[in-house]
Amino acid sequence: MTNALARAGVIRPDPKDPSPLRIDEVLVRKMLVLFIREETAKARLRRAVVGVSGGVDSAVTAALAAEALGPENVLGLFTPYRISSPDSRAHAQEVSRKFGFTLEEVPITEQVDAYLKTRKEKVDKVRIGNKMARERKSIEYDRSWPDGIVLGTSNKTELLLGYGTQFGDMACGINPVGDLYKTQLRELALSIGIPEAIVRKAPTAELWEGQTDEGELGFTYADADLVLYHMVDRRLRPSELIEHDFDADLVNRIREMVRRNHYKRVMPLIAKLSLRTVGHDFLYPRDWEAD
Amino acid sequence: MSIRIAIAQCAPALGAFRRNVEMHEKWIARARAAGARLVVFPELSLTGYYLKDLAADVACAPDDPQLAPIAEASRDIDISAGFVERSADAKLRIAQGHWSGGKLVHVHRKVYLPTYGIFDDGRYFGPGDRFETYRWAGGTTGVAICEDLWHVSTPYLYAAAGATIVLAPSASPGRGVAEGGDLGTAESCRLMDRFYASYLTVYVVYVNRVGNEDGVAFWGGSEIVAPDGTVAARAPEFDEDLLIGEIDPELVARERARNPLLRDEREDIVLRNIAGRLGLPFDRRD
Repeated sequence: MTNALARAGVIRPDPKDPSPLRIDEVLVRKMLVLFIREETAKARLRRAVVGVSGGVDSAVTAALAAEALGPENVLGLFTPYRISSPDSRAHAQEVSRKFGFTLEEVPITEQVDAYLKTRKEKVDKVRIGNKMARERKSIEYDRSWPDGIVLGTSNKTELLLGYGTQFGDMACGINPVGDLYKTQLRELALSIGIPEAIVRKAPTAELWEGQTDEGELGFTYADADLVLYHMVDRRLRPSELIEHDFDADLVNRIREMVRRNHYKRVMPLIAKLSLRTVGHDFLYPRDWEAD
Repeated sequence: MSIRIAIAQCAPALGAFRRNVEMHEKWIARARAAGARLVVFPELSLTGYYLKDLAADVACAPDDPQLAPIAEASRDIDISAGFVERSADAKLRIAQGHWSGGKLVHVHRKVYLPTYGIFDDGRYFGPGDRFETYRWAGGTTGVAICEDLWHVSTPYLYAAAGATIVLAPSASPGRGVAEGGDLGTAESCRLMDRFYASYLTVYVVYVNRVGNEDGVAFWGGSEIVAPDGTVAARAPEFDEDLLIGEIDPELVARERARNPLLRDEREDIVLRNIAGRLGLPFDRRD
């Protein structure tokens, strides 16, 4: 009962108390394995394709997929660009060995650089990063044909902050880890046996040399996750968090990122013209099954 | 003489009526083989839950030939199953039918349509407008479809009208995975089942489904809670299960003798209070 009450409403927002983020890993693992198994089957597919970067998010996703579908039905794709670190490759290989799925290496340097060479203007590093993310995803989709589903690896923190490339790393058929904050995902990772070196290393998209998520964002996942948890899951207003000693700049910045990037989380807008329009009032479940 | 009942904790296919009828026939056969007098299916068991615009496509009248196999199967075992009812004036409602002896003998239409959070019932369905008890071999019974049960007045009205059994077919999505406890939804539901069973001295038969629809997992955990507050039977979470349990009218009698809360209930005060607040006429006739 104490726990039920704690969850029902007596949690006080406290920037020094990360415990509200703790999850029941056994339960989460079971729910996610069933999710992957069922939603893959309902799409009439049997394999999963995961971009395995060497980071913790894709390691967890691939491990869960191997448990759900059998490792022989999971294809991991390691898609390095010339700046990708040897550590990333070693970690991707380690995960593939440990969970028994096939890992293929498909470099993207040639095609990305070939495209960039055709550009006359100076190409910003963000554009290069986006191009890499979309190149990788096009390979995942190619390799999913004809009977595989592309699994998403964007966690809840990234989705809420909009810290990802639309139709790049954010693209997928289904996403098993999108309702887990980075902090929670690390906890799950340790419990399912992802090696500590992978779980503890600084998260990076490796879109340019020396890039780390937390360096680029200017705050840590631990801090952001707690703000997001109280703001999103517990529905507290930014002003209420600030009253409870959360850093005002951090809270306001996060709130603004969530607002500004919402477009990345929803389907494209379709101009409403006719009597019945996809996305507006033609609302069928995606899991619409054949009789 | 206790009555054996079965709960079909199954995973209906979304929008696939014929497949679901065949699925029902298999579970009914298993329940029959287990010696059950009644088999209860979850909310919208013949259609799936998150139907959205499919609701109109799968809706049917209670006497529709599509439901004939269920009626036919009820000749030697009672069946409680969920479907989308299209009324004579073409309104869609979430319905739970009770078939017995080859016929549909009762229909409850979901009164409380959750339209918030992950629920959108009120967009696609109209509400039922009554809570009526009915009798079958197991005793006087009321049906509370999912959200109906969360409204305290629902089991109260059934118990006040003489029900000893509340059937609660549900499609409850699992959520709340915080450390140090059970699934959040499971804790709430179990608290509710046990509270109603103990304080209204009724059997609460909670029938939840399993399976995923559009990324939402139904968590199962169906249970039969006896009027003494004990869990007579409970199914596992997330897995399909045919749960068998007994309903014992003697236990209801013993609990009501020990704890005559219902006998002493003052419905007249409840009614006068509400009528007064709503400005409705209320005449006590004694």
